Amino acid sequence: MKQLTCIICPRGCQLTIDDNLNVTGNFCKRGQIYALEELTNPSRTLTTTIRVRNRKDVLIPVRTNKKVPKDKLFDIMQIINKTTVLAPCHINDVAIKNVLNLGVDIIFTSEIK
Amino acid sequence: MINCQLVIIGGGSAGMASALKAYQEGIKDIIIIEKDDKLGGILNQCIHDGFGLDLFKEELSGPEYAYRFIQEIEKLNIRCFLSTFILGIDNDFNIKILNKDGVEIIKAHAIIFAAGCYERNAGAINLMGDRPSGIMSAGTAQKYLNIKGYMPSKRVVILGSGDIGLITARRMTLEGAEVLAVLEIMPYSNGLTRNIKQCLDDFNIPLYLSTTVKQVIGKSRLEKVIACRVDENGNFIDGSEIEFDCDTLLLSVGLIPNIGLIKDMGIRFSSTRGPVVDELLQTDKKGLFACGNCLHVHDLVDHVTNEGYLAGLGASLFLKNKIKENLNVEVIAKNYVSYVVPQYINTTLLDNITLKFRVKKPLKNVNIVISDDKRIIKRIPKLTLLPSQMENIVIKTLDLVQNNGKIYVDIEMKI
Ligand SMILES: Cc1cc2nc3c(=O)[nH]c(=O)nc-3n(C[C@H](O)[C@H](O)[C@H](O)COP(=O)(O)OP(=O)(O)OC[C@H]3O[C@@H](n4cnc5c(N)ncnc54)[C@H](O)[C@@H]3O)c2cc1C
Ligand code: SF4
Repeated sequence: MKQLTCIICPRGCQLTIDDNLNVTGNFCKRGQIYALEELTNPSRTLTTTIRVRNRKDVLIPVRTNKKVPKDKLFDIMQIINKTTVLAPCHINDVAIKNVLNLGVDIIFTSEIK
Repeated sequence: MINCQLVIIGGGSAGMASALKAYQEGIKDIIIIEKDDKLGGILNQCIHDGFGLDLFKEELSGPEYAYRFIQEIEKLNIRCFLSTFILGIDNDFNIKILNKDGVEIIKAHAIIFAAGCYERNAGAINLMGDRPSGIMSAGTAQKYLNIKGYMPSKRVVILGSGDIGLITARRMTLEGAEVLAVLEIMPYSNGLTRNIKQCLDDFNIPLYLSTTVKQVIGKSRLEKVIACRVDENGNFIDGSEIEFDCDTLLLSVGLIPNIGLIKDMGIRFSSTRGPVVDELLQTDKKGLFACGNCLHVHDLVDHVTNEGYLAGLGASLFLKNKIKENLNVEVIAKNYVSYVVPQYINTTLLDNITLKFRVKKPLKNVNIVISDDKRIIKRIPKLTLLPSQMENIVIKTLDLVQNNGKIYVDIEMKI
């Protein structure tokens, strides 16, 4: 038996997973999917910023376009912090392609003209 | 002098939503005044995701959520005065502004006040000891990191376990700082459980409940924080001190509506510190509306946006001279309910009214009861109620028409 807090929405259901992988305590279906994923391959969306090289003191917020394995968060941060980008930047455009070969892109979440 | 039908003060999520709604209702002569150099408000520094689940069924980051509204405002060509400061507002709605073009007066017919909130700082709580540098609010640290790209610390203690504190803890950890502890004076956290999980547990950051800062030590820069457990009455428990060697203490100890500009307009304020309003979010002063965090502090941006829409509707009805006050109902918070917005219901213009409130302490297995002096209007069972989560209860205006008096929002324990 395992206890987990569902992090998919602000409701924060307390989930229980028994030895046969039955999930209880979830208010909606997404909780069940989350619980099984969290046990096998815990993953998170990473949000951070990247420095814009051709603007003085300007950062642009970015995110991973898919969830990434939790244990890769710091490795991805290292790559992002070594990277700079050139403005203009557009929301949803790719800042870093296929980071760490995870099949995940780092995308802009804002605009810089 | 610029003449304008509707002036919106603050271009955050509340202000932008109110502008869009008023425009949709036919009020096209609108100016948004924003002191920052862009629209979006606090969302610009909230780069984490978790915004918009209610409204868009998506988990957006703060800037992405803001962008959806900024785009609309730009498409409609709604006038925005950015990097503009307000020097004062008089009782005839003459708004004196200052920007790169100099000083100007805008004469408004109606005003929507949407200026957000500010964070309580070290002066607002009683910190004993030295006053070194390195003590700042969590939101300030968030701004340093996310907007200016400057890391203010290496070893951090955070006081207060509200969502801003939790989110800043994760952010600083990802950027290489060591967050030694989050301290919370109450026996429960004020943050969402999902944030405790994904911001603290994920990074093995300990949360100390019933614990606060007893003393700060440091000559010029902070060197040490002495934390101590407290009993039920908030008194330090001797011998339970824990020392943390740290260069930064972040305070996440509460948000306060930013009402400086309207506090001398002869209107009443409620226990939220925001103005008293009716169901259209109109204050005591006719034509002055308020929404968002300057009215009461919200945890979810979706609620702020909806409140902005309502204020935009209210202001447009006012400008079309459609507000006839045909009701007189006072909404009263009882016992465990710390406040209710709105405080008055004055018209039958809306079919449904959303009562928003918070409880004073965590409660389990209760009913929310809405009643008047004669009967119960609505009874809603709830498994848990938390002070950190705003509740929304919708009632029908029809249920109030026979009433003209008081209605009560109360919590009853289930046996
Ligand atoms: C740090 C933090 C984290 C949050 N995290 C989440 C989350 O994960 N999920 C979620 O759903 N919600 C979250 N929220 C809640 C929600 O996002 C905010 O409550 C909401 O965005 C507030 O909108 P607002 O328009 O009321 O205020 P603000 O966004 O603060 O906007 C007020 C605007 O008014 C301007 N202003 C103030 N005074 C003046 C003046 N005198 N003249 C001109 N302009 C002025 C300010 O510059 C600002 O742009 C968070 C809030 C904070 C503070
Ligand atoms: S189970 Fe569903 S309702 Fe509960 S927290 Fe997860 S997503 Fe939200």
